[in-house]
Amino acid sequence: MKPAPFDYVRAGSAGQAVAVLSEHGDDAKVLAGGQSLVAMMSMRLVRPTVLVDIAHIADLNYVRADADGLRIGAGATQSAVLRSPDVNRVAPLVPAALRWASHPAIRNRGTVVGSLVHADPAAELPAVALALDAELVVQGPAGSRTIPASELFVTYLTTSVEPDELAVELRIPQPPPGLRSGHAFLEVSRRHGDFALVAAGVNVATDASGRIESAAIVMAGIGDTPVRAIQAEVMLAGGRLDDKTLLEDVGRAAAADLSPTDDVHASGRYRQRVAAVLVKRALVQATAGGRDEH
Amino acid sequence: MSTEGTNDLRVVTVVVNGQRRSAAAEPRRLLSDFLRDDLGLTGTHVGCEHGVCGACTVRIDGVLARSCTAFAVQVDGSEIRTIEGVGDDGAMSPVQEAFRAKHGLQCGFCTPGFVLTVEALLEEIPEPTEPEIREYLAGNVCRCTGYVGIVEAVKDAAERLRSDTREEHG
Repeated sequence: MKPAPFDYVRAGSAGQAVAVLSEHGDDAKVLAGGQSLVAMMSMRLVRPTVLVDIAHIADLNYVRADADGLRIGAGATQSAVLRSPDVNRVAPLVPAALRWASHPAIRNRGTVVGSLVHADPAAELPAVALALDAELVVQGPAGSRTIPASELFVTYLTTSVEPDELAVELRIPQPPPGLRSGHAFLEVSRRHGDFALVAAGVNVATDASGRIESAAIVMAGIGDTPVRAIQAEVMLAGGRLDDKTLLEDVGRAAAADLSPTDDVHASGRYRQRVAAVLVKRALVQATAGGRDEH
Repeated sequence: MSTEGTNDLRVVTVVVNGQRRSAAAEPRRLLSDFLRDDLGLTGTHVGCEHGVCGACTVRIDGVLARSCTAFAVQVDGSEIRTIEGVGDDGAMSPVQEAFRAKHGLQCGFCTPGFVLTVEALLEEIPEPTEPEIREYLAGNVCRCTGYVGIVEAVKDAAERLRSDTREEHG
């Protein structure tokens, strides 16, 4: 239970971190909060030979809101994001999901961006990024590029971020003006703070009459990556959140195309059934409580 | 391109419980092992060593954290608070007194992590409800008590801290 030896570099800037990554390629890993990486190194599931610590780069530690939406720097911890009034106002689905994620001692060091690039398919934040049409800004030797969440998650613990690129910022767009929005994030796990057996998040925008303009439905813990249920979202558009039959149909439709595998924690069939129920419940909760005016 | 890491020692300096301490450590040295084996502070206990059980919980720059999921080199220059810093000159702190009064421990292995976590909980939420207590403590595992005594101890500690504050201001 001790990590293999490695070289440690405390980066003073994002540029310096990228330089180390491009020199060492796959042998190097970025260390931010370390709440997944250090445990995986201790179990020798990964053996990087160079760690680039970005936690001391002050320029990366921020949560900002502007006209476009939210910007969350790679150094921002999950606790800081959970407490941020800006995040609660612009993207309340993020704190709703973070409350399910692990425990205070872990969230105090773990970062939001780190959870995204770690890409555990049962984790809450990758699913939320997908639901909110978020984008990840990455910096490489040749400059920066932006990866939409829909193109970020490749498979289990794998993203489309290249080994010589550093994820520097998560961008979450401002919700559409003039609409009411509701949200909810629900999860089934053995104990609070454990990884989800299944999680479901919804974000719904309605007009003044209660008609659904747009909806996002995501699920986690049900495959190699979080999944957005586009067909089920289309079924919701034009409908109403108080239409119980519609919500049940949408829940079933969201889970219909999933093929979760069996593992020691739960069977795939169980996960699929739970996903349908959680999506329906999340939609009900989005109507009842998780509402915000914009 | 290197394929092997290094065993080179680095000097790591931290302020532990108000005292400046330095020791040489490999980059791979976990903070938990650094505290126990290099600084001789064995009150921080090591249970699962992968961030699940909470026995190694400490404060890093005031923030509650697991010492087994941090490398000592990461916290070079930081302030650390461990169970040795709790209480005053051999006297137990209100949280520790509450754990004794309410049977919040049996074997004691998990207790240092619980005490540090409860301190942080009561700073954040001075009058927590039982669900808030249970949610906050969900990352600390106790295999003896069944948690009932621990939850009672937290309520008792909250009361003790409130009456301490009243005395100070009264």
